[in-house]
Order: sequence, then structure tokens, then C-alpha cells
Amino acid sequence: MDDLWVKDFLPREQLEKLQLERLRKTVAYVRQNVPFYARNMAERRITEDDISTLADIRHLPFTVKNDLRDNYPFGLFAVPLEQIVRTHCSSGTTGKPIVAGYTRGDIDLWSEVMARTFHMIGVTPRDITQVAWGYGLFTGGLGAHYGLERLGATVIPISGGNTEKQVMLIQDFGVTVWMGTPSYCLYLIELAKQMGVDLTKMKLRIGIFGAEPWTEAMRDEIQQRMNVKAYDIYGLTEVIGPGVSSECEAQHGLHIFEDHFYPEIVDPKTLEPVPDGTEGELVITTITKQGMPVIRFRTRDITRLTRGKCPCGRSVCRMDRVSGRTDDMLIIRGVNVFPSQIEAILLSIEGTQPHYQIVVDRQGSMDDMEVRVEVQDSFFSDKIRELEKFEAAVRTKIENVLGLRVRVRLMEPGSIERSMGKAKRVIDQRKGK
Amino acid sequence: MFVKQLSMFIENRSGRLAAACNALARKKINILALSLADTADFGILRLIVSDPDDGHLALKGAGFTVITNDVLAVQVEDKPGGLAAILDVLQKAKINVEYMYAFSSIKTKRAALIFRFEDNDAAIKALTKASIGVMSKVDVLGQ
Repeated sequence: MDDLWVKDFLPREQLEKLQLERLRKTVAYVRQNVPFYARNMAERRITEDDISTLADIRHLPFTVKNDLRDNYPFGLFAVPLEQIVRTHCSSGTTGKPIVAGYTRGDIDLWSEVMARTFHMIGVTPRDITQVAWGYGLFTGGLGAHYGLERLGATVIPISGGNTEKQVMLIQDFGVTVWMGTPSYCLYLIELAKQMGVDLTKMKLRIGIFGAEPWTEAMRDEIQQRMNVKAYDIYGLTEVIGPGVSSECEAQHGLHIFEDHFYPEIVDPKTLEPVPDGTEGELVITTITKQGMPVIRFRTRDITRLTRGKCPCGRSVCRMDRVSGRTDDMLIIRGVNVFPSQIEAILLSIEGTQPHYQIVVDRQGSMDDMEVRVEVQDSFFSDKIRELEKFEAAVRTKIENVLGLRVRVRLMEPGSIERSMGKAKRVIDQRKGK
Repeated sequence: MFVKQLSMFIENRSGRLAAACNALARKKINILALSLADTADFGILRLIVSDPDDGHLALKGAGFTVITNDVLAVQVEDKPGGLAAILDVLQKAKINVEYMYAFSSIKTKRAALIFRFEDNDAAIKALTKASIGVMSKVDVLGQ
């Protein structure tokens, strides 16, 4: 097990030599096995032979979410389906999800980076851990689960929901580490209070949070009301799931497991690399994945990199907590939502595209989303029942496609504000809350 | 046989109903009958007006979502049991009523009801057979 931790402390020269080797191998591998990358590279007349330094990575083309959508479901896999032992899905920009595929080797790799995550946070085999991220197509639950088992901790695979039972198990099992989305945690804290359970008197000592952005104010609240030290972790399905980076006990940024996931920061407008310490869009290249490697994947997350030594002693570089996105994706109760998905849903129900608006707010701990739709002559029915059916159809379809319960509100035409003739699609009232 | 009715979508916030009425008033259009069906979030305002075509334009011009559809105006005897008798005929003929509301006719000065049926033609047949008077457009609008 000790070999595993050593990887976070490799001298930079050794690490960078390893990265270059792995990068060249990966570029050759995808060029030979994935038509999408072969085409892109042929267009630019570039092969693995052109990668002689890490800086040469900038000559490789970017990959974006839509590339995964266009190659749905398995077009970006580098191995025959028979070698894929796991698939996971995440939201795409329209109706179809993003699909990730994992070989047995990838599952081991994933378990390893998650185990390193938990170790750097201070979790040990003696901890009783409760995993409240969703188990299923979502990467959160199973990602954490395999990492905890690899570490040797005791795992309670409760997934999301069942909140009263969560509180009961925290008491009865003596849970020491709880992990989930920060907003669900706040909800659980509220429910525990209603149940008359004082979480600060429990054996809880660590909280681990990810899958959605959260503020320092939320961190303080969780730490106070749960009596835990709260840590941030980061990941994305296209790269692997959780396990791309994590805070260590020093909490000076998130360490990226860059022996597996090579990071760059680029200017979101010019797409040119920017120096360390400058904010920009995080771009990741997987250099060890077998099932579905990605080359220069644009995450749309805004952050910056530091390559200096961390107080914890680790040499792997750090990223700041993500400060925003370069696209219009929203994260609501841990679920990725693109306004264009709502558009596609409305189009599929009515055959028309009425003006709509997404209003997001947070009342208490949970994100709340309301979809406002302007009623047009073309689908206005004289019968209340028909309009209510329409409302319900939109609500149900959103729930089915996104896995999110929202409210739908019908509005008069012209009531959704426009700027330059275009309706303002999203109003997010959560900022700073 | 049919009378044109305007139906419009109204949000449940103050001033919307007044705005609709003002839009009609500005074009010198008279409201003869009105019904407001509402849910918690929105309402459908149904109107019989003196000039349905101009009325439709006036409301559209004021930015409302509005459609025109056909309803039937049925004469009711102005005494206890008048409405029950009509509903009895409809029920025996298995005619489904979507909605209804009352109004007074200019011409005949009798109680009358606006009906929207699931099947307007079947309703006319059943009512005529039972000698129940279905008012014409002229009866209703007085012109």
C-alpha cells in the first residue's frame, strides 16, 4: 500500500519524465485505435513522433463535450466493447448522455487515484465511511466506493436519499467520514436537527464533498454544524469521474494526480497556454487510461495551477477550487444541466420552441429550479386540463432526462425579459449564498 | 348555430385582467359574457364579445395569447329546474360538457348558457331533438 502514496511525492524531474513517456504512448495508442483522434491528428499532420517535450502537447487538437455526444455511445472507445467492464453516464448538452467506458485496468487506476485522494485527506482503514453520492450511472458513488475498499476502510454504500436512515446509521454505526454533495449535506444537517440529533456529538471527523461547486461560507457552515473538517475533491466523467484532484490536509488547493491526468490551463478565448498562477480553462489529457482516453479535454472549468511544493510535502501540482465555467452549464443539486437540454425537451413536447427561462435559487440548503415557459397561440389550449397536462409533461420529461425534479410555470408572452431580442435563458440567484 | 368565444391565457398576478379589459375597451368592444377559470398559477379567461374578430386582434395586439373557438349558446327556462332539464338531455345522450357559464341575451332577454362540448355537433343534434333552443350568433350579439 505504501507504494501507492509515493506517487504523490515523486521529484518533479522524475514525474515529468514519466509524463512525457506516457503522453507519447497515449498519443500513439489513440491514433491507432480511435478513428476520431486519428482523423484529427492526420488533419494536423501530427503524430507521437512530434511530441518530444511536454510543451509539444499544445500541437494536439482539443476534445470537447460535443465530440463525445457526436460519437455516442461508444465511438471514442479505444478497445473492443468486450474489454469494457464498466460504463457510466453524465449529462450531455442535449438529450443524449455522455458515456464513459472503463477496462479492468481503468477500474484499478480509478481505485488507485481515489485511494490516494482519501489517504491525503487523512482517511485510514480504521474509518467507518458513509458514501452518499449516487450509486448507478453517476460516477460519484462507485468511484468513491472502490477507492475506499482499496484503502481498506469500512464502507456504507447508502447512496443518495434515505436521509432519516443516513442519520440513524451515522449514530448507530459510529460513522467517522461522510461524503456526498455539499447541498445534500446541508439538507441532512437540517433533517438531523428536526430529528433531534446533534451531529456534533457523533463520531464524525471528516466530510468530503464534490460534484457541485460550493462556497467557503458553505464549508464553514458544514464544519460548524457537523463538527468535521470539510474537504473538496474534483473530477469529471469524461476524464474518469471523481479522483482527478483533491485537497490534502493542508488545504492549499487541490492536488492533481498528474501522473495519470496531465493538466494545462489555456486562455478560454485564444486557447493558448497561460503561465502557472494565471486563471484560465482547465484542459486535461489522460496519459494512462485504456478504455476511453481523452486528449486535451476542455473541462470548461476555470482555475489556475501552482507547481510549487505544498506544506504537505507532495510534489504533484495543485489547482485552485473551481471559480466558474466558460459555458452555460449549471449544476443543480449535483446534476449537470444545460439550458439547451431544456430547449430540446420543449421542442420534443410541442414541436415548437417557446421562449423559456430557467430560474435557479437556493432556499435553505437545496437548489431549486423553475422552468418558465411563455404560452404561445400554437399550443395554448382553451382547457385548463390541457395546459396542466402540458406543464406535467414538461416536468416529467425533465425529470426523466435530467433526473431532476423541477417546477414548471406558464407565463404570458413577452413576460420573459429579453436583451437584444434574445431571451435571457438563465437567472441564477444562488451566487454567494 | 355557433357563437365565437375568445379564450386567453392570464397569469395569476394583479393587473392582468384589467389590462385585458382595457385592451378591449380601447377598441370599443363590449364584453357580453365572461368566465374566468383558474388554477393556482394561471387562468384562462373566456369572453363573448360584441365583435369577436376585432376583439381577437385587440387582445393579440396587447400581447396576450388568445384563440377563438366555437361554443353554443343554449336557452334556459328562467325557473327552477331549467338547467337541470337541459343537463338531463345531455346526460342521456352521453354528451360531455367541457365547461359552461351563464349570460343574458340582448335580444330574447332570457337566461342562457354558454356551453363548450366535447362534440359540438352531437350536442346540437341532441338538444334540437329535445326541442331545446340553441341560439344563433345573431340572437346573442343582437346584430
